[in-house]
Amino acid sequence: MSDPILIALFAMMILIALAAIRLSDLFAVVIMFSIYSLLAASMFVQMDAVDVAFTEAAVGAGISTILMLATLVLTGRFEKPSTHKSLLPLTVVGLTGAVLVYGTLDMPLFGDPNSSVNLHVADRYLEQSSTEIGIPNVVTSILASYRGYDTFGELTVIFTAGIGVMALLGIGVRGRRK
Amino acid sequence: MDILGHLNYWVVVFLMMTGFYVVIASGNLVKKVVGLNLFQASVFILYISMGVVTGGEPPILRDGTDVYSNPLPHVLILTAIVVGVATTALGLALAIRIKEAYGSLEEDEIHLKETEGLNDTSNHSGESAGGIDG
Repeated sequence: MSDPILIALFAMMILIALAAIRLSDLFAVVIMFSIYSLLAASMFVQMDAVDVAFTEAAVGAGISTILMLATLVLTGRFEKPSTHKSLLPLTVVGLTGAVLVYGTLDMPLFGDPNSSVNLHVADRYLEQSSTEIGIPNVVTSILASYRGYDTFGELTVIFTAGIGVMALLGIGVRGRRK
Repeated sequence: MDILGHLNYWVVVFLMMTGFYVVIASGNLVKKVVGLNLFQASVFILYISMGVVTGGEPPILRDGTDVYSNPLPHVLILTAIVVGVATTALGLALAIRIKEAYGSLEEDEIHLKETEGLNDTSNHSGESAGGIDG
């Protein structure tokens, strides 16, 4: 991973994430998250994942931010300064991070075309999808056809979440109650 | 052990842990949701970085290109992004309801109200019902 653009983006993301920890103005925290999502989207463009990039920019940086800001309007902008000791969370986070880093030591190298991730079914999708599905964007072919059931499951999750939100917030009932 | 070859994983682990820290160290429920989203966006980068092929192009077929990045992680993460927004919406809706019922989003104050309610059983049912109806 010697690409200077990726390294610069990673450095900015680290700064933004640390800023999100330090800030207690929740409006600023939400905006930090929005910037973080946008940096992640830039990173996806650089890593050839253009479909993911625009979805992350629209849904992650856009809709999520709007939902959080709307929540802040209803619940208040400032967080109470924490009285907890930060030693225990730091220890837990440090240990978890150390275990995860240990787990990455035998992962394939960045950009390795012969890693197990890139050898399994990806070649078949790339070679056959233009004849089997007939559209040039392989991501769309997989999403809508080869893994159509995944997408159907995703829709089920969104539908369930939508019903959950309506039940929790009582949309349509609220006006009459007041 | 190749440092540059593994750098992406290590930075992602660091970013994941900053999100995790916000989730467990912050007392405010909305900030916890933001931390969860930070964690989640970092996991997306982990998946996408595993699908990168050196010298590859975005997986949109065209003449003159033979090397494409792996499209499968892209599809998985597209699904995950949308599911992530759905769970965020649900979490925030819960936060709004908790604010209505307890008048606060701080873990300490919610816990305090809970224990007060348990100690003072005579007023407990009336108070909580009034709180929820807003």
